[in-house]
Amino acid sequence: MRPTSESIIPMQDPQGRIPNSVVITTVTRVMMPFIQLYGLYVIMHGHSSPGGGFQGGVILGASFILLAVSHNTEYMEERFSMKQLTVLTSTGVLIYGGLGFLCLLLGGSFLDYSVLPISMPRYMGMLGIEIGVGITVMAVMISIFRDLIYFK
Amino acid sequence: MKILHLFLAVLAGGLMLVGIVPVPDFGNANSPANTYLSPHYIEKSMEETHVPNMVTAILADYRSYDTFGETTVVFTAGICVLLLLRRKREDEQ
Repeated sequence: MRPTSESIIPMQDPQGRIPNSVVITTVTRVMMPFIQLYGLYVIMHGHSSPGGGFQGGVILGASFILLAVSHNTEYMEERFSMKQLTVLTSTGVLIYGGLGFLCLLLGGSFLDYSVLPISMPRYMGMLGIEIGVGITVMAVMISIFRDLIYFK
Repeated sequence: MKILHLFLAVLAGGLMLVGIVPVPDFGNANSPANTYLSPHYIEKSMEETHVPNMVTAILADYRSYDTFGETTVVFTAGICVLLLLRRKREDEQ
């Protein structure tokens, strides 16, 4: 029997879009944890090697953008809804500024980590703000990408 | 009116050009930044911050306020794109 056009393109979604081939989707899903692990490594290891919050945040954001490109944006939004992304965007800046004000409350100046009551306070303070920067950059990357896709 | 705007623009640019005359040359070993600030970072950053990566030590500790501004710039960019471009999906409306 000759295949009709509907059986050649079997899995159209309600918007009539044709999904990517199974090779692309599978390889992306297999690579995803490694990309995200590398992004976390770049953030957490930014003290001893090149890297930091900005770079690691971009890698994390790019991993979710890769999900959106290889599947579709709804598949990505199952991981992060747009509301969650907006909250995450603010959370990163809040972590950074909150750490600064915490130092202020503990008697130092703004963002003077040496007053934090932990061992190696300046090391840990830097780690904290790198995490904040990473969260903000990741969320902004994803939400800008998604907003540009749906803009008409 | 256009003449006035041109005059103001040229004036502002000229003032900035005048402002860079007293700035030391790039890489000048006798400039204030290179006589006491850079040696301090190079010699003391490890014992003061326990961070082996000097770039991170300067970026996130000594110049942390600047990095806070950078993060705010990224945040503002994201919020501006949200306000200007965000549309709901067709199936959500």
